[in-house]
Amino acid sequence: MAEYVTPTTEQEFAGNFAQLKPLMSNSEALLESSRCLFCFDAPCIKACPSGIDIPLFIRQINSGNATGAARTIYEANYFGNACGKVCPTEVLCEGSCVYTATGAKPIEIGRLQSHATRKVMDQGKHLFQPGAATGFRVAVIGAGPAGISCACELRKLGHEVDVFEARSQPSGLTLYGVAPYKITNEETLAEMAYLEAQFGFRVHYNHAISTRPDLEKLEQAYDVIFLGIGLGHTSPLGLPGEDRENCVGAVEFIEQLRIRQEQTAVGRKVIVLGGGNTAMDAASESARLGAEKVVLAYRRGKEEMGAYEFEYDLAKGVGVQGLFNVAPLEILGNGKVEGVKFVRTATFNGQVQTVPGSEFVEACDMVIKATGQAKKTSFLGLIPELQVDGKGRIVFNPNTGQTTNPRYFASGDAANGGAEVVNAAAEAKAAAHGIHQFLIKS
Amino acid sequence: MPDLSINFAGIKSPNPFWLASAPPTNSGYQVMKAFDAGWGGAVWKTLGVPVVNVSSRYGSVDYRDKRMMGFNNIELISDRPLADNLREIEEVKKRFPHHAVIASLMVQSRQEWHDIVRDAENAGSDGIELNFGCPHGMCERGMGSAVGQEPEVLQTIVEWVMEVARIPVIVKLTPNISDITEPAMAARRGGANAISLINTIQSIVGVDLDLFAPYPIVDGKGSNGGYCGPAVKPIALNMVKNCAQHPDVRLPISGIGGIETWRDAVEHILLGASSVQVCTAAMHYGFGIIREMTSGLEQYMREKGFRTIDDMVGRALPNVKHWEDLNLKYKVTANINPDKCIGCQLCYTACEDGAHQAIKLNSGTRIPEIIDENCVGCNLCSLVCPVEQCITMERRDDGTQHQTWKERTEADDIPVTFNDERAGGLHHWVPEPAAALGKEKHKTLPGKARQFEKVTVTE
Ligand SMILES: Cc1cc2nc3c(=O)[nH]c(=O)nc-3n(C[C@H](O)[C@H](O)[C@H](O)COP(=O)(O)OP(=O)(O)OC[C@H]3O[C@@H](n4cnc5c(N)ncnc54)[C@H](O)[C@@H]3O)c2cc1C
Ligand SMILES: Cc1cc2nc3c(=O)[nH]c(=O)nc-3n(C[C@H](O)[C@H](O)[C@H](O)COP(=O)(O)O)c2cc1C
Ligand code: SF4
Ligand code: SF4
Ligand code: SF4
Repeated sequence: MAEYVTPTTEQEFAGNFAQLKPLMSNSEALLESSRCLFCFDAPCIKACPSGIDIPLFIRQINSGNATGAARTIYEANYFGNACGKVCPTEVLCEGSCVYTATGAKPIEIGRLQSHATRKVMDQGKHLFQPGAATGFRVAVIGAGPAGISCACELRKLGHEVDVFEARSQPSGLTLYGVAPYKITNEETLAEMAYLEAQFGFRVHYNHAISTRPDLEKLEQAYDVIFLGIGLGHTSPLGLPGEDRENCVGAVEFIEQLRIRQEQTAVGRKVIVLGGGNTAMDAASESARLGAEKVVLAYRRGKEEMGAYEFEYDLAKGVGVQGLFNVAPLEILGNGKVEGVKFVRTATFNGQVQTVPGSEFVEACDMVIKATGQAKKTSFLGLIPELQVDGKGRIVFNPNTGQTTNPRYFASGDAANGGAEVVNAAAEAKAAAHGIHQFLIKS
Repeated sequence: MPDLSINFAGIKSPNPFWLASAPPTNSGYQVMKAFDAGWGGAVWKTLGVPVVNVSSRYGSVDYRDKRMMGFNNIELISDRPLADNLREIEEVKKRFPHHAVIASLMVQSRQEWHDIVRDAENAGSDGIELNFGCPHGMCERGMGSAVGQEPEVLQTIVEWVMEVARIPVIVKLTPNISDITEPAMAARRGGANAISLINTIQSIVGVDLDLFAPYPIVDGKGSNGGYCGPAVKPIALNMVKNCAQHPDVRLPISGIGGIETWRDAVEHILLGASSVQVCTAAMHYGFGIIREMTSGLEQYMREKGFRTIDDMVGRALPNVKHWEDLNLKYKVTANINPDKCIGCQLCYTACEDGAHQAIKLNSGTRIPEIIDENCVGCNLCSLVCPVEQCITMERRDDGTQHQTWKERTEADDIPVTFNDERAGGLHHWVPEPAAALGKEKHKTLPGKARQFEKVTVTE
């Protein structure tokens, strides 16, 4: 892991967290867009959760109409620039590009997408404007990908929108959660400013909606309330020693890294618990912060990890070591974390079972729990008639976003249980149309 | 070991590749460098009357990321003093006695022609090329294509030249004419020893969308220029073939137009050229491209068992026929190799919208299927397919029958109904016009089709 020295300056940080998908130059965009075959009924479009007309925007880039390309992208997905950089394209559009069947590398759709959108953003070219005022008012809770996308589309349809956001900045986990080598804070916020300038919704920052009276106020003042609240903090493991210093949740660790990078300290030997994409991110990030050793500990076998293969490859690439078929029993230490006591596991008929007598201790000075985000069930309990399923997800109609309380609509992580930015953006756009139907019918 | 050397109308050259009269042959420096690199000959940049040039001279046709698929210029003949050029020709010939140096010439009066032909000979040129082709600037002064477009004027000037010429004379033809064989025959009547073609084609390569002016732009304005480069090869090949097949031309042909690789050169040769000339490719990539050209030609000759260039000249000519002589009984249809198909469905949309609705899609697979009865064997799908040898055109007739349109006409068997077997006969299947409406909109307009109209909400 010697390849990364703990960054102490902004430059060193930028070096360790160099962008995986850097901005394409005009020449590169011309070359890459020229490779596209412009397939009929292109599989890449179908693989994009927001259904961007990919061959169309690539052809637009190729014919010197980057503005038109950006319009094509934004018409389908308001997080067009962010998605180009943070989407797991390997399993979405690029993974389905017909080129993969030839052995040639797929078209770099994500980078082309960000190339076009960055152009209009940098030039401040406005592509949209609010629709004629309808007089309806919608409150959006949460300024993440779901909330902002819903707000944009509602404004386009002419409805008045107020967004209430607990934090001080927009874009949700795009800013607080996504790995810094995927997107920078500057470009995330630039896209938010670009959207706000065109659509003119109001965002009330540092304005959490957390009590029944808060909700009642919204219910009185607005015709519809949209829930784009995402998920909560890292769920506790319920293990002895979990409260020791330097035993942190992955989401909290990453948030710190994104917002206050200079204050983010990493241990010399870090154990990351979990096998999902967040675990991969946290492990990669620890390595890039200069940890000497990073161990990724997962309950089951390597093949059973929830993380995408390319995310694990990325972590391996920066020196992360995998420790499979182990379950943590206790976080050891004296005030501070000093190690994790594990027991080995084996899987019988799909069930993970511990192997008696196989306990061992792995020393470390930091533990990152990447064991999933908690659902916001107690807050959701404040909303009358709103149903939540067994997994804590809001029950909603995926075509309209409508929940079991007809005046409440929802999308994004809070409704789908946790997916990607692109899913939140696409679902919220559909929800805006559901809201629109609801409003014009009422 | 194949022998690449040629004797073109008496001009000897170690290989058939000559640089065409153009900027790459503007000076002794360039021509020596080219010979050093392996070129067999050079037609010197046209010598003649004093000229002035404009600044901003070239324009390009780019195809996606590929530069200079087509190229045009509004440049004139050599702007260097005649004496300098002649001295350098002499120097080159001394250093390279076995390479071909041909002086390209363009002047006006009989006396001027006599003088310049003698000058070129005295400098040691192996041959002379008469530039009757330049389609801009010079023609306005009664030279270049203004001559090439008037067979009688052309013949007269060739006669003037032949009065004094002691070395072989090539007449370079302009393609800016409807029948290229007319000036070719005029050249023969005038006594020329060979022809070369094509010179550049009158063209506008593009228009600047902000300045509303054609490229290349000279102070906000532009003019038609001369078109060349890879894009003109098909036009050149057809004209070379026309001259080579015409019974009254019978002159050695130097093929020019769009030659960039050994393949292009071989095509020119198979259609009747016995030397080839190159301009744009050398302007694009420099003289080094000659290595690929000679090695490719040599390899091809070895594989085909050709010993000399002459063995190959015109080998494709017997197979270039008039349409009425083609076998109407021959039939091919398309065949998709499912193991190679990558599922881009370009063949489908091409045939569906641009041909004969002879390809269908089946659910559960991206691999299209050919509807044999509807396939007219047009080739379109195999041309658009991005995978090598994935769609092949397979012969369906048994090869025993042969009938041409000419034979049918002579036998008074001209069709009176639309019953062409290659279009499925009388039962040729064409979908009802209205079946087109709304078909596949979700596929052809995927972005726009993603509408949110049909949503139902609880009120
Ligand atoms: C570590 C990590 C890495 C990820 N990496 C990627 C990636 O690389 N690519 C990718 O596409 N996706 C990634 N994701 C997932 C992606 O970030 C989410 O799917 C997406 O942000 C969900 O959007 P959302 O709007 O539903 O929720 P969020 O982004 O969580 O936004 C919710 C917003 O609502 C606010 N809020 C919540 N409750 C309230 C309240 N009561 N009152 C007011 N405001 C409130 C929050 O402050 C937040 O701003 C990652 C997620 C994590 C956790
Ligand atoms: C810039 C330029 C200048 C040219 N000048 C001459 C010329 O002076 N005399 C001439 O006979 N042909 C001239 N040509 C035509 C070329 O010799 C040649 O016929 C033509 O470019 C087609 O060959 P290509 O496709 O290999 O370029 C010129 C072409 C170009 C591009
Ligand atoms: S699948 Fe690949 S080649 Fe085909 S349209 Fe999409 S990006 Fe282009
Ligand atoms: S050859 Fe022409 S008609 Fe036949 S399937 Fe291909 S495109 Fe269609
Ligand atoms: S064009 Fe070729 S690769 Fe594409 S779908 Fe047709 S047969 Fe397959």
